[in-house]
This record gives sequence, C-alpha cells and structure tokens, in this order.
Amino acid sequence: MATATLGRRGKAAPFRSRERRRANLRALLYLSPWLVGFGVFFAYPLISTVYFSFQRYDMFTLEPVGLLNWKYFFRDDAAWTSIKNTLWLVVVMVPLRVVFGLGVAQLVTKLKAGAGVFRTIFYLPSLVPVVAGTLGFVYLLNPGTGPVQAILGAVGIQSPDWFGDPAWSKWGLTLLALWSIGDLMVIFMAALLDVPKQLYEAAALDGASAWQQFTRITLPVIRPVVMFSAVTGVIQTLQYFTQAMVAARVASGATDSAGSVFTPGYPDGSTLTFPEWLFQEGFRDFAMGYACVLALILFAVSMIFTLILLRQFRGFAEEEA
Amino acid sequence: MTATLAPETIARRPAARIRSPKGRATLYWIAKHAIAVALSIMFLGPLVFIILTAFMNDRQALTSQLWPETWNWSNFADIFEKAPLLTWISNTIMYSVLATAFMLVSSIPVAYALAKFRFRGRKLAFLLVITTMMLPPQVVAVPIYLIWARFHLTGTLWPLIIPMLLGDAFSIFLLRQFLVTIPREYSDAARVDGCGEFRTLIRVILPMARPAIAAVGLFQFFFCWNDYYGPLLYAGTDQSHWTLSLGLAAFKSQHSTQWNLTMAATILAMAPVIVVFFFAQKVFIEGVKLTGVK
Repeated sequence: MATATLGRRGKAAPFRSRERRRANLRALLYLSPWLVGFGVFFAYPLISTVYFSFQRYDMFTLEPVGLLNWKYFFRDDAAWTSIKNTLWLVVVMVPLRVVFGLGVAQLVTKLKAGAGVFRTIFYLPSLVPVVAGTLGFVYLLNPGTGPVQAILGAVGIQSPDWFGDPAWSKWGLTLLALWSIGDLMVIFMAALLDVPKQLYEAAALDGASAWQQFTRITLPVIRPVVMFSAVTGVIQTLQYFTQAMVAARVASGATDSAGSVFTPGYPDGSTLTFPEWLFQEGFRDFAMGYACVLALILFAVSMIFTLILLRQFRGFAEEEA
Repeated sequence: MTATLAPETIARRPAARIRSPKGRATLYWIAKHAIAVALSIMFLGPLVFIILTAFMNDRQALTSQLWPETWNWSNFADIFEKAPLLTWISNTIMYSVLATAFMLVSSIPVAYALAKFRFRGRKLAFLLVITTMMLPPQVVAVPIYLIWARFHLTGTLWPLIIPMLLGDAFSIFLLRQFLVTIPREYSDAARVDGCGEFRTLIRVILPMARPAIAAVGLFQFFFCWNDYYGPLLYAGTDQSHWTLSLGLAAFKSQHSTQWNLTMAATILAMAPVIVVFFFAQKVFIEGVKLTGVK
C-alpha cells in the first residue's frame, strides 16, 4: 500500500533523476542513525525472537524443541491469568480514563476563574514518577494506617483492603490511573478549544441544550482525537508493568533478603499482567525460549491496534510535503 | 417564538423561572467551580498526605493519624543513612542526562529529514517510526538482552543509554510533528542565501524548533528519571548500579514498618520533577499537545 502511493509520487515529481538520487542519498545520510537502530534494536531482534521461540534457551544451553514452547503456552495457567488481568485493565481502565479525562478537560475549558491554576493541579499528578505515585497509593489506601481508611472510618465506612484483596487490587490500580490523566486532559482540552465557536452559537439559537450540544457537536468534532487516545491507551495498557509490579511488591511486604524470590501478581495473581509474566519467565526463570513465545503473542496483539492507528496516520502523513 | 412562550412558562413554573438569566449563570458558575475545587482536593490529596506522613515520627507513622504531632525534618537525613541514595541519585542523573543528550543528537536530523525532505520511502519510514514507537519494549527484550550480555554490559545502565545514539522513535515522531508546521519558505530563503542543507538545519530550523526540542528533551529526561522497567531489566542485583526508581521500589521492603521514611524517599524522587515542571510548564503543555493528533 505504501509502495503504490510512493510510485505515484515518484512519477509526478518533476525531478531530474540525478537530483533525485542525490536527494535520496542525503535523506539516507540524515536517517542513518535511526536506520541502524531500527535494524539492530527492532528488525533483527524480532526475527531472532521467532527463532528463539522454537528453542529451549537459558543463556547457557540452546536446544531446538520444535513447537514445545508454543504448546506449553496453552497449558500455562499463569499466562492465562495474566491475559485475563490485562484484558480487565484494557476493558475497564482505558475507557474510564478516557471518559474521566474528557470530563475534566470539558470542565476546565468551561471555567471562567482560575482555569490555569486548575489545569496545573489536574496535570501535576501525571508528572509524579510512577514508582513514587504507586508507593504513595499503596500507603494511602492501606487499611491499617492509610489516611483513606481514617477518613472513611470517620463517616463509618469500612474501606476495602485495596492492594491486599484480589477483588479490589485492580480497582486500586485503576484509581491510580485516574489520578494521572493529566496528559489526556491536555490533549482533550486542545481538541475542545479547536471546535469552531459558530457551531455552538448556531446550536444555541436552535435551542439545543448543553448536553445536546456536547453529544451532537463536540463529540463528533473531537472524535478522531478521542479515538486516537483510546487506541494509544489500549497499546500502553498492553505494556502495563511498573505500577502492578511495584504495588504488588510493596503490598505483599516481600523482603529482598537472599533466598526469598518475589513473584509478581500479589495478591493471589490478581495483578499479574502479561508483560510481567513475560519478564518473569524470560529474566527471572530464564525460560527465554518460552518468553519469546509470549513476546510474539504480545507483538501480534499490539500490532492489531498499531495498524488501527496507522490507518489514522496515513492521511495525516500525506497532508504536508 | 421564545418570547411569546416566556410568560406562560413563568406562570407555570415560577420557582424555576423567576431567576433572571444572570442569576442562572451565577448558579452555573458556582456549580462548575465547586466541582473544580472538589476535584482539586482529590488530585492534591494524595500528595498532601504523602508529605504529612513523611514528617511523622516512627511511632506515629504506624497509626492512622493524619497530622504529624512533631515535624521530623530529620527523616530526610535518615533516609540517606538507610540506603545508598546518593549513589542512586547520581546514577539516575547520569542515565537521564546522557540518554537525553544522545537522543537529541541522533533524533533531530532524522525528524528533520522525515519532515522536510522528499525521498523514496519517506512515508514508509514515518509509518515504521510510529510502529516502533507503539510496540511494547517487551516484544524484543530477549534478543536485545542477549546482545548486551555478549558485550558484558548487563548489570550496568549502558544498555539503556547507548541505543539513544541511534534515535528514539517517540522523540523523532514528536519533533517531526513540530517541524512539519514550519513553513518551507524559511529554509528556502536560507538556501537562496547560500546555506547548505545542514547549515539551514542548524542556523534556521533549530532556533525555530526550540520549544519542541525543549519538550522532547524534558520528556526524555523524565522518562529516564521515572523509568523502572529498564533499570530492573539491566541494572542487576548490585545496588551500586541502581537508579532512584529501582531503589525506591525496594526501599519499603527493606524498611517495612517505616512508612514515614518511605514517603520521605518518595518526595525526594518527586521533588525535582515537580520543581522543573513549575519552571517549564508551558513547554510541557505544548509538548503534550503535540502527542495528540488532530
């Protein structure tokens, strides 16, 4: 598809062939760092991952095992647990983040006083280092000494054991994710402010309510931005690692003393995400061949969503020469 | 039409209609700002409680009290004795500074070529940049780890720094999005004045792209500062190679009962980011806007 359009442009461009060759060479020179990087850190490792997925490899012995790793995947309960958890995050966390981010953005654009201050306040948490923010939330939400329980307790509500209860741990992570919607808010605010004012004026004359204006004008106009954010949100959630890892580690009280090995997913596998399991298999258990099977599955799924994004970008890449 | 209807509605629903449009606007104003204030409390609350806890003494940190009975500034000194924080901080700074510098040197020319040059495969190259930007780093982690193991660089942070010399897809993408918006006339004018392509980039384009370069640089710096996955994969078990994020995650497990010290260490990790943000807020906001697509 890309080559077809390129061919068209090649014919249309009024370049003489020698000039064109010079232009191509110059581009090659400027692009060379990235081209090398693409080869060494992307193309080669991707092919290599396919190769290793048919091997048993622990960094010492390499042994071809055919489809064994692939067959094992279907019997690997932890892998399926991690898939279920990751799916949960995609289905619950991503839409909540988009809706909340859009709501906050809409609110800030409507504020007459202090909009700048509020924007700063809502954006700030998204800058907090992920590990620090996660530690903070595990502390805030812990039922023993955490302030959330202290406040809820004052009005007679028993707070759940967020990061210690398998039924609540993913909701704890979701709260953390909603706290840091700053980036989304900024993107949505920019989109909202771009909606032509005349559209609202015309709608107001026709007697459209605020809600009607939002669903009939705002949403259709900013739809591409919302879609883009949702799809990137899904792709980012497929990589969800640090928050789950740190929360489980801190909440479980695992010590780093020699001999005790921390297994992610605490409590009871409820926060084990797919990339965490890949990491565990590849770099803690050194089942590297099997980790490559997991990597290829992750690749396939993220590629589907990346292709959706690329479709959006195709027109976008063309508009400017 | 509305004018003729108005008296009727007033008669039917006096309570709702008696207020002048101005009165309703005031109510609306109050409601909006009340929600904003409530949200602000929810967004700032966690930070406030982290700070309050960081000042508590060891005994009080084990209770559910909210306000420190004494302000223990010494907690911030104690954490430096409990863990090799200075080593972690200097490792983190080295990682962040070098990675950012390397990224800028390698990515700016690539972004410039993608934005302004016409050449065969230009669109394909741009689509590949987006693809590499989007794919999870875990997908190709095993072979890349083995490459660094062969060079005996696992157990250090170099596997995270050196690749930045070969460009970073996210930064290339962002810079390209900005450079595309610079009108062609500027570089054309420079060329008429006899500037070569490289001098045009340095003398004309770079000064105009300063906000974008600042944003991309800050994003990269903070990405490294906050990075946990990368150091966890490569820094190994020797604490002298750890970063602040890595050490912070392990800090609680080593001092399990001392939430006050853990929160003090947390503040230490957050403070630089927040201070820089207040000085460069506009750069951040403009940069984030570039990541959204219109």
